[in-house]
Amino acid sequence: MKIQRFAGLAALLASTLMASSAMAETLRWARASDALTLDPHSQNQGVTHNFAHHIYETLVDRAVDGSLTPRLATEWYVKEDDPNVWVFKLRHDVKFHDGADFTAEDVVFSLDRARSENSNMRQLHSAIASVAAVDDHTVEVTMTGPSPLYPNNLTNTFVMDKGWSEAHSLQSVQDYAAGEDNYAVRNANGTGPYILESREVDVRSVLKRNEAHWAETKPQVTEIIYLPIAENATRIAALLSGEVDLVQDVPVQDIERLKNTAGLKVETGPENRIIYFGYRMDDKPLKSSNVADKNPIADPRVREAMHLAIDREAIKRVVMRGNSLPAGVAMPPFVHGWTPELDAFPAPDPERAKALLAEAGYPDGFSVTLDTPNNRYVNDEAISQAVVGMLGRIGIKVTLASRPVAQHSPLITGDNTDFYLLGWGVPTFDSAYIFNDLIHSRNGHFGAYNPSGYADPALDAKIEGLATEIDVEKRDADIAEIWAQVQRDRVLLPIHNQLLAYAMKDNLTLAVHPENQPLMTMVTYGQ
Amino acid sequence: MTEAPPPEAPVEAAAPARGFWARFWDSDVFWSYRHNPVAVVSSLVALTLILAAVFAPWIAPHDPFNPATLQLMDGFTPPGEAAMSGTVYRFGTDDQGRDLLSTILYGSRVSLFVGFAATLFSMTLGVSLGLFAGYRGGLADTIIMRVADVQLSFPAILIALLIFGVAQGVIPPNKQESMAIWVLILAIGLANWAQFARTVRGAAMVERQKDYVSAARIMGVPGPAIAFKHVLPNVLGPVLVIATISLALAIIEEATLSYLGVGVPPTQPSLGTLIRIGQRFLFSGEWWILFFPALMLILLALSVNLLGDWLRDALNPKLRQ
Repeated sequence: MKIQRFAGLAALLASTLMASSAMAETLRWARASDALTLDPHSQNQGVTHNFAHHIYETLVDRAVDGSLTPRLATEWYVKEDDPNVWVFKLRHDVKFHDGADFTAEDVVFSLDRARSENSNMRQLHSAIASVAAVDDHTVEVTMTGPSPLYPNNLTNTFVMDKGWSEAHSLQSVQDYAAGEDNYAVRNANGTGPYILESREVDVRSVLKRNEAHWAETKPQVTEIIYLPIAENATRIAALLSGEVDLVQDVPVQDIERLKNTAGLKVETGPENRIIYFGYRMDDKPLKSSNVADKNPIADPRVREAMHLAIDREAIKRVVMRGNSLPAGVAMPPFVHGWTPELDAFPAPDPERAKALLAEAGYPDGFSVTLDTPNNRYVNDEAISQAVVGMLGRIGIKVTLASRPVAQHSPLITGDNTDFYLLGWGVPTFDSAYIFNDLIHSRNGHFGAYNPSGYADPALDAKIEGLATEIDVEKRDADIAEIWAQVQRDRVLLPIHNQLLAYAMKDNLTLAVHPENQPLMTMVTYGQ
Repeated sequence: MTEAPPPEAPVEAAAPARGFWARFWDSDVFWSYRHNPVAVVSSLVALTLILAAVFAPWIAPHDPFNPATLQLMDGFTPPGEAAMSGTVYRFGTDDQGRDLLSTILYGSRVSLFVGFAATLFSMTLGVSLGLFAGYRGGLADTIIMRVADVQLSFPAILIALLIFGVAQGVIPPNKQESMAIWVLILAIGLANWAQFARTVRGAAMVERQKDYVSAARIMGVPGPAIAFKHVLPNVLGPVLVIATISLALAIIEEATLSYLGVGVPPTQPSLGTLIRIGQRFLFSGEWWILFFPALMLILLALSVNLLGDWLRDALNPKLRQ
């Protein structure tokens, strides 16, 4: 009797469990931080875009291999009789979450909004002269000159509904820095695969599957609960205790432990981001050095010695626990222009490094302060600490100054550092993005993250030419030449490319996204 | 304690001839110390830890503050096991290959230095202001004590953070690292002066009414001289108690600030910095990186605190048997 009843109960329980798993899959997704805002053009920031990609959509998307794929635009080409005009053909039968039709007018409105005054996406669209709708499903973007790479800039520019935006006075973008607020900051109306159901900033956001979405295959996840958990240990504990299903930001030291925990698995893969050191290399004396009359790093032999002092394999093995790809060039392998030859690096040779320092006139080394962020990249502070030791061994006495990234970045953009660590992601997958900000001397739109003082007008001209060069072979040759000079002059000191790790319950699978912007539509269930 | 007076000399005559140590041994305070095992043990522990920290450069097997001597490949070696380089580290190594035993010894030097200096600073400031307020009274008293009240309504750590933040803004970035330890002392010292000021002010107000103060005043001794020469020695008892307890507090506050990542640079870690680093490796099994620095901090803070407790009881006339 008893056994029978128990069996019956078990069967009933099993059938309810199975039924529920077939009907609805709720995914509890934990990250280190929340989207800064939901206004899609207000912040050009990875976490913010990652969340927005579930609600809003872009004209073009980027595949895992870096190539562009159709999203709201089905095809795009340069107009035959005018090299300055890009034509976008739009997808038919797409509706916004509130039921409004998606048309060319929405695209015109969104591109104009994205290049308006307060928009943080502005620099990506600075070459636009005007945007016009030709018919309901065709848009023409007129550029100020030939812009062969422009569609690459569209992968994070989201399309809003013109009618909805005007009804809620959203013509101007939220000025995030000024602490402004608008209706779109906490409400959303996109065309994307998920609909925003509720949002509590920094606590919890709920997204429901968009049953009217245009894609042929429906995502398996029907509901997403997004949970920002800032503290590393708390986030991992939540996964271990079963409170969350997926953790996107996994600290390297916890990967092994999670891999060995029954019921959990870890997916790893390279991120499109290089971690490197930069330094001031012009003739002005360093601010933080005991050498007061000149800049020791201006001497190429000193830079060579610094490169030879670094043991990248030791950093990979101990600091990163194997989770990095040591690099000889400041460019992730995803980027157009990368070659294995450029990425090769010498074995560490402290003896030769010491000899080079002595030759350059610093037999006893010199002192300098290294500025490092301590909350931005994987083990950033520990990498810097290891480098302090390695440089110490050849006689360069480095003082380490460690700060949160919010205080670290202004040192670099404001020319207030002698020696620093930085990470650089390359969303366009093209070398030009690296040259523009890190190599080109600082003026106007260029060199925003180049405090090195390195300035070569011929090289600058070559970098500027890349944006309008239509001849692909000539452009590739230019890229190779620029890299050759950058490597010869040791403008940057690359360390490695980060590996990303996502930890999840073992009944679901999500591959690592090279830009760390995974879509939950890609989650699949089953062992 | 059975006094055995020499047979010839009468007891009364012998008393003044007894040495300083004998009188010390028989004093009320020391008697209470001898009969309080907690006080004896905690003072021994505190003394051992302080001596170990002071003589760290001679005791420690390695110099963890010299980055050039670190072996990165020795990182994460468990206690007592041989590392990649063949060296055996008694307490294991941290993520940078630093010998934990040496790092803790050097780290507690930083913690103790900041603790002592900050306490000395807040004591000097608090006693002077409290004495001034209590002896002078009137408007000065009101202003100083209201400031103290306002400050006491905030947690000390919040005030220390605020001072630290302001200092970060004022000091140029390339000087910040070398100044960090002094800013820390200033921040913790300024966060703790109010306790001293309050106690001293209360005691000074009582003393002010006493005959010896009136006598001094009639003789024409100037005010500051009366306050510092005559009143101060009579209020020092409670100050000593607060100083001991606030030393323990200052050590904990330094650890908290360093734990939050705003304290001393990571290449010269204090106990709090070590705990912050070790906490990252809790889930991955490298327990020793957190355990040993935390144990050291607990022992240090607990022993100083228990000593302070005992001192408070010993100096309290109402509790004397």
